[in-house]
Amino acid sequence: MSHEPESSSPAPGASSSGFGVPPIGSGADPLLRATGLRTSFGSLDVLKGVDLEVRRGKVLVLIGPSGSGKTTVLRALNALTPPQAGVIDLDGERIDFAAKLSKRETAAQRAVLRDASGMVFQHYNLFPHKTVLENVIEGPVIVQKRPRDEAIATATALLERVGLASKRDAYPFELSGGQQQRVGIVRALALRPKLLLFDEPTSALDPEIVGDVLTIMSELAHEGWTMVVVTHELAFAREVADEVAFLDGGVVVERGTPAEVFTNPQEPRTREFLDRLLRPLE
Amino acid sequence: MDWQLAWDSLGPIVRGAILGTIPLSLISFALGLVLALGIALARMSSIRALSAAARFVISVVRGTPLLVQLFVIFYGLPSLGATIPPWPSAVIAFSINVGGYGAEIIRAAILSVPAGQWEAGYTVGMSRATTLRRIILPQAARVSVPPLSNTFISLLKDTSLASLILVTELFREAQKIAAFSQEFMLLYIEAALVYWVICLGLSALQNLLEKRLDRYVARA
Ligand SMILES: Nc1ncnc2c1ncn2[C@@H]1O[C@H](COP(=O)(O)OP(=O)(O)OP(=O)(O)O)[C@@H](O)[C@H]1O
Ligand SMILES: [Mg+2]
Repeated sequence: MSHEPESSSPAPGASSSGFGVPPIGSGADPLLRATGLRTSFGSLDVLKGVDLEVRRGKVLVLIGPSGSGKTTVLRALNALTPPQAGVIDLDGERIDFAAKLSKRETAAQRAVLRDASGMVFQHYNLFPHKTVLENVIEGPVIVQKRPRDEAIATATALLERVGLASKRDAYPFELSGGQQQRVGIVRALALRPKLLLFDEPTSALDPEIVGDVLTIMSELAHEGWTMVVVTHELAFAREVADEVAFLDGGVVVERGTPAEVFTNPQEPRTREFLDRLLRPLE
Repeated sequence: MDWQLAWDSLGPIVRGAILGTIPLSLISFALGLVLALGIALARMSSIRALSAAARFVISVVRGTPLLVQLFVIFYGLPSLGATIPPWPSAVIAFSINVGGYGAEIIRAAILSVPAGQWEAGYTVGMSRATTLRRIILPQAARVSVPPLSNTFISLLKDTSLASLILVTELFREAQKIAAFSQEFMLLYIEAALVYWVICLGLSALQNLLEKRLDRYVARA
């Protein structure tokens, strides 16, 4: 990932220093606090009361065994899969999933969560019938009703920033996995969300390009974006996370700074999981 | 073989195609597609009654002969006090027919779009309706072009049934000249050839359309 010289005329909305100013200044107060999230699929209880806190401008990394509900947590935070119970406080708004609400009110609450976040998927989920640029401006222009010219300028600057300016008019099938994922990140950034959600953004990528995507993500973190990242990349977590939460059996078993969780885990389950991750063959 | 008759009859037959068969097919197909989309969405609706109604319509359309549907509308409805002229009768019957068959094609095409596309639409802030319109349907369209093209070609041929409710179209023109000249073989072969030429043109159009819609798909 190269740090290219800035273009001579920075696009509106894109600061000259990188990915644009994160929408909210950093601070220690929580942007999002989730309490008691419960999700079940039929008789399978996946989240059994998950509590989380995401501080403004900070990075929360979620780790945990396969099937522990990491994806389900992310999908609760943006209401793709609304939990059956639990409360999310987001920047002054409260969403109570157990509350009995009209259809309209429910939709409005989900919109609060969805509009606040941008999501990066494991399998990119780009729109295959749209070019790279069209993928990126779809949300800003169609949903947020921003002027098309401005959205194009912002998108172009962001694409340049991730080294994909020349792919603007390409279709997703013409891109490598790493390139597609960079477009996925730019598509999320272009929405100027308060919160960025990443679900194993590098686990579908070839090992030699994982670094490209992780580099972009750590740059975003340094610029002060608020992020929740599900990943198995422990080196990334150690370096970039402000907080690590270990999810197992439908609850957050342990949380703390990377140093606390990785170097000195308190819970046997955490230790076991980390051991297996670090020494898969033993 | 009476070449003079073959040549002289070509004019009325082609006129029948241009004034009858082709517009009847186009109008019925266009209305039928709108109906098909509506029925497909109703069929996938979480509202039980809506989905049941859609299933019922599809079942009736597919389970009864088109000719009988045509006769019910044109010869049957008048006894209930609703007399509909030949052309509108034909349009109604054919549209409903396309609606019934097209609904299943469109439904299958919508279901073939990966769930991740809906989710990506939601995460950029789109509503269900916007995601359907801007993300899902364009991708479903690509998948449904081949089967819908077949539906259209079948429809074009089926419009010959409209001759039985007195619509002036390609086949009825051929029948009139055949009855008058008693050259049945000649006229019916001629009619068949004209249908065939039109269908060849349609297949060519279908190929063009598929190429265009395939521009964003990796070629194997
Ligand atoms: N839509 C669904 N319907 C039924 N079960 C589901 C659904 N989504 C997830 N599950 C189940 O919930 C559990 C948690 O799934 P989830 O995808 O959140 O795990 P994960 O921690 O993200 O795992 P991985 O690391 O493999 O991605 C799994 O047992 C999964 O089978
Ligand atoms: Mg997952």
